[in-house]
Amino acid sequence: MARAITLERGVPRFSMRPRVGAIAKHAVLIVVAVVVAYPFYFMITSSLKDVLEAARTPPTIFPTELHPENYGDAWNRAPWGRYFVNTIFVSVTVTVLELITACLAAYAFARMRFRGKGVLFTIFLATLMIPAEATLIPNYVLMSPSRNACLGLPCLGWFDSYQVQIVPFIASAFSIFLMRQFFLSIPNELSDAARIDGAGHLRFLWSIVLPLSIPALITAGLITFLGSWNAFQWPLIVTSRPDFRPVQVGLSAFRQEAGSSYHLLMAASTFVVAPIVILFLVAQRYLVQGIARTGIRG
Amino acid sequence: MAAEVIPAKVRASPRRRFPIETLQAWLFLLPAVAIIGIFKVIPAIAAFYMSLFKWDVIQGAFRGLGNYTDWLYDSALRSPDFWRALSTTFTYVIFTVPLEMAVALVLAYLLFQKMRARGLYRTLYYLPYVTSFVAAAAVFVWVFNPQYGPANAVLGLVGVGGQKWLEEPSGIFELAASAFGITLPAAWLAGPSLALVVLSLVTVWHYLGYQIVIFLAGLSNISQEFYEAARLDGASERQIFTKITLPLLSPTTFFVFTVASIGVLRSFDSVYVLTNGGPLDTTRTVTLLVFRTAFQQAQFGLGSALAFILTLVILLFTLVQFRVLGRRVQYG
Repeated sequence: MARAITLERGVPRFSMRPRVGAIAKHAVLIVVAVVVAYPFYFMITSSLKDVLEAARTPPTIFPTELHPENYGDAWNRAPWGRYFVNTIFVSVTVTVLELITACLAAYAFARMRFRGKGVLFTIFLATLMIPAEATLIPNYVLMSPSRNACLGLPCLGWFDSYQVQIVPFIASAFSIFLMRQFFLSIPNELSDAARIDGAGHLRFLWSIVLPLSIPALITAGLITFLGSWNAFQWPLIVTSRPDFRPVQVGLSAFRQEAGSSYHLLMAASTFVVAPIVILFLVAQRYLVQGIARTGIRG
Repeated sequence: MAAEVIPAKVRASPRRRFPIETLQAWLFLLPAVAIIGIFKVIPAIAAFYMSLFKWDVIQGAFRGLGNYTDWLYDSALRSPDFWRALSTTFTYVIFTVPLEMAVALVLAYLLFQKMRARGLYRTLYYLPYVTSFVAAAAVFVWVFNPQYGPANAVLGLVGVGGQKWLEEPSGIFELAASAFGITLPAAWLAGPSLALVVLSLVTVWHYLGYQIVIFLAGLSNISQEFYEAARLDGASERQIFTKITLPLLSPTTFFVFTVASIGVLRSFDSVYVLTNGGPLDTTRTVTLLVFRTAFQQAQFGLGSALAFILTLVILLFTLVQFRVLGRRVQYG
């Protein structure tokens, strides 16, 4: 609001330049937009070319003849159905379970009094500083066949499974902080009223707090889902068969298989990217808000 | 009225039920504590433990800090790889982060003002961030293909010879000099390989939208009163930018700097899918060296030691960030 007023006031001061200024601004923004968007354009147009045109130099800007059947060809050259089922199952499960653990923990941190809260919260904060690289090798050993020993116990033996891609990711300190921040903003009067009505913590969380927190839940869920959908390094090292491999690892393998069939690789890239881009376009408001909120607070 | 009296009484009551609430709170926290404990905290400690042993798939003899000294100076096989990878990693940071920040800041500043199609631009800039590096690499490897790629077609239009891009191990300054027929007097002047620079550019492309969003959030945190006061005093738009926006935005700028640096320091996907360390190992970063040592040569002890060194570098960035920014930045 304040911004709008300021700008209205500001305009007369620059009355000499607004048109030139606005054109220059748009010029900069458009040039960057073209550079940013070009790879997407190139991907989609190449996916619709035939094999000869895809390799033509200089590349044609638009396909001379559209070949939508490339998508079917690409789909049939690798077990894409399986890859997608795997990724969707893993991403959805991780997202749902992670939201549950995050809400419970965030609620405890935001609205309950208990011994050890400060210490535990500090430990959670500290885990945010541990990069994934530090834990990669021990986690790999932990998942290795159970005849190996992990701290004196048998290892989990989870290579080539869904749980290896799900269980380690169903709690994240990041989501807990995001939800905690939101829960803190819920007025105390509501919890007081709920307590008078005889509602316990779980009841209050379920019927009052969660319905109020839907925007925050969507934000946290989207960030988790995006990370899970694009996960690459971990599934690359803990899966070896298509039965459990996600789309990203499948696409990486398909780059070798497709070889010079570049139009097919572009078609495959398009259908790997499309779902997450569409999801982002539908829900971008929440994702952008979440990043702004977790990134910086004034 | 009644509402003012009763809550005071109710608020007092948790003190009496303290132990029960503690038990309940710990039950609420149990799933998160268990998962983060088992898959994050214990492995982080275990990584340090493993780094102290000769550990090729199975645990071997205790080596103390032997794995570390191997990387740092002791092993003629390992330490050249380490220092080269470390230098490659920092070069990757240097060629990515400042460019990324400068472009993101300018675009955020432009987008912050009221203008047409603002949302459209922002959405567009953000798309690469949701696109996986695997898919992006499939496209960029083709865009920069030496024979068929449009990158060389564009160079051809302006009369510059084709480049090998992601397959070019020669340094960029060396390439530039040789284009003018000059031979560089010393090998270290060659600069990072063209492949590494292209890798940086793709990384900038990927993270740009994310940083614009953070800069926009930072800009919206600057109180409008400063701008109004400056305008009343007759400050020009340039003065407002350099004397008000930039200084007041500095916490955000510093935050973006550390987050972006850490992001590049620990990036694996981009390197693995775009160049896989090549050509001639000129893009082999520390993360890639960890991956190869641990998962291709099955040297878990050495790999853990290397991962631990990288972790220390990353922790240093994080701690500096916490110190400098203090309470200005909060997670969550």
